[in-house]
Amino acid sequence: MFAFIIRRALQAIGVLLAVGIISFAMFRFAGDPVNQIVSLDTPAAEREQVRRSLGLDDPVPVQFARYLVQAAQGNFGISYQFRQPVSTLLAERMPATLELAICATIFATGFGVLMGVYSGLKRDSALAKLFQTISLIGISLPTFLIGILLIYLFSVTLGWLPSFGRGDTVRLGWWTTGLLTLSGLKALIMPSVTLGLFQMTLIMRLVRAEMLEVLRADYIKFARARGLTTRAVHFRHALKNTLVPVITVVGLQFGSVIAFAIITETVFQWPGMGLLFVQAVQNVDIPIMAAYLMLVALIFVVINLAVDILYTIVDPRLRTTIRQPA
Amino acid sequence: MTEPVLSVRDLRVEFVTRRGILKAIDGISFDIGKGEVLGVVGESGAGKSVTGSAVIGLIDPPGRIAGGEIRLSGMRIDNLPPEEMRKVRGKRIGMIFQDPLTSLNPLFRISEQLVETIRTHTNLSASAARKRAIDLLTEVGIPAPERRIDSYPHEFSGGMRQRVVIALALCAEPELIIADEPTTALDVSVQAQIIALLKRLGREHGTAIMLVTHDMGVIAETADRVAVMYAGRIAEIGPVRDVVQNPLHPYAKGLMGAIPSLESDTDRLVQIPGSMPRLSAIPPGCAFNPRCPYVFDRCRVERPEPIQHSEHRVACHLYDQSHIRSEAVA
Repeated sequence: MFAFIIRRALQAIGVLLAVGIISFAMFRFAGDPVNQIVSLDTPAAEREQVRRSLGLDDPVPVQFARYLVQAAQGNFGISYQFRQPVSTLLAERMPATLELAICATIFATGFGVLMGVYSGLKRDSALAKLFQTISLIGISLPTFLIGILLIYLFSVTLGWLPSFGRGDTVRLGWWTTGLLTLSGLKALIMPSVTLGLFQMTLIMRLVRAEMLEVLRADYIKFARARGLTTRAVHFRHALKNTLVPVITVVGLQFGSVIAFAIITETVFQWPGMGLLFVQAVQNVDIPIMAAYLMLVALIFVVINLAVDILYTIVDPRLRTTIRQPA
Repeated sequence: MTEPVLSVRDLRVEFVTRRGILKAIDGISFDIGKGEVLGVVGESGAGKSVTGSAVIGLIDPPGRIAGGEIRLSGMRIDNLPPEEMRKVRGKRIGMIFQDPLTSLNPLFRISEQLVETIRTHTNLSASAARKRAIDLLTEVGIPAPERRIDSYPHEFSGGMRQRVVIALALCAEPELIIADEPTTALDVSVQAQIIALLKRLGREHGTAIMLVTHDMGVIAETADRVAVMYAGRIAEIGPVRDVVQNPLHPYAKGLMGAIPSLESDTDRLVQIPGSMPRLSAIPPGCAFNPRCPYVFDRCRVERPEPIQHSEHRVACHLYDQSHIRSEAVA
């Protein structure tokens, strides 16, 4: 198990290195960074001065090595537009995005699994057919449209929920949370639903399909032949087997939820990393874009590893394969 | 005569499909006594497994029991409400499936699966149930059961898994065990062990066993009586030695001719021409008539009912004495 984690960590470093090359390349190909810093009428000598002070006259590999070393220390440079360290900016925005992503994932997983199990067990019932229809809508409607429709219904027409922002937040050390205030919680509802709706329908359809598949399995027939109660057969034997692929999808989707948060954060003006990224794109703020890229890559890699470890907890067959390196 | 453990009378099972109703089992009757092993043989699709599923009440829709009676030690079980039938399953009727690799839930330790089954059917405490589980594993011949009980199914070999499956079927000391092709997925050497185990358990506990298989060798070795099924009906049923050595029904003759033998020196095994009709296209009269070497006019119009002939019951017009007599008169 330990060797497995080490091996996966090495692979993760490889992935991050590759992403590092891409994000570093953005600096080189999105124009001369010096032009982004100095004003139009800066004399050439002064430009050279800036170039030297930033180390931009060194050979490219040296610059890349320096970039990596600094990135590993959490230093992603200074944002062009805010004149602040990128790491500080991201750290300020990260709690908002993570809270949104976690709430969206909990919403998506909870409702997705419930609806999926129900429509797998009673697939001919009217409610199961309704769920199937809803899931079609959830899969085919784009995120921003759902967000706007929700705002129109609950903020504009009914006036129940705020249409933008995070509400009041509470500071816990460096982390700001909206979970402890009423306005924060209210503000969280619509963005979470918007962000999680697609994943919810995906999980629901997956759980339903898996449930139908598992219920046909021999061990389910044998469990029934042993006289176990319907409840034990469905919710013990069938559900646990259904959840194995669900873990992968939920895990991998958590990465996309963070990445997709860009759109939801824009619609709801949610002060998270996604909104910061959109502003950075508009202002060609490359240090923020590059750091965001690295961060998303890191999140994906960490989630992947967590999913693999979770797998071995649920499915004992994988423990032996992992112990013996393939 | 004591009451049979299992008594099936005129059982009919139908599958409702878009193209009409298919009769998977069309009026079969048989008994299994205490400690007796009834072998059920036939080609794929003859209705062997469906018979087993019908007895244990696990026919999935669109299938349904369309008629007849199933009695377990005198108690009628084919029309029990689902919850009552569930209590019969596992407690009074145990079932063993073909593939031990897929019969056990891969995500649960075998201790969990055994204890859960035992506690469903008895009032034992968790620790008492675990003790009973270890005893069961010992009984089915799992070495070092105290150590192996907390293993997962994938940590056992195929033969050992089938022993675990048998232990699971035995959890509540059932009166009847339905073994649906219990050895088909196993190595030949392991097959013999599993068969010996089933025979010993049947003898020691007086359990009636319904052994469904297409392997005549297994039947000849294990069963007391054998029922030969063809297209949803019983063609012939009788003591195993008689049926194997002196089959009456032309189909049974064909089956027995297909068993390779060490004693007789034949170059080719006999083979029944043609194949079993699909359920949607069963010919009128005797279902076997298109393949039968002894077919005559009556076979094509009138369905033969089972007739007692010495110790066999055979569904074939060839053995209808009244018919021969009436022909002699005419």
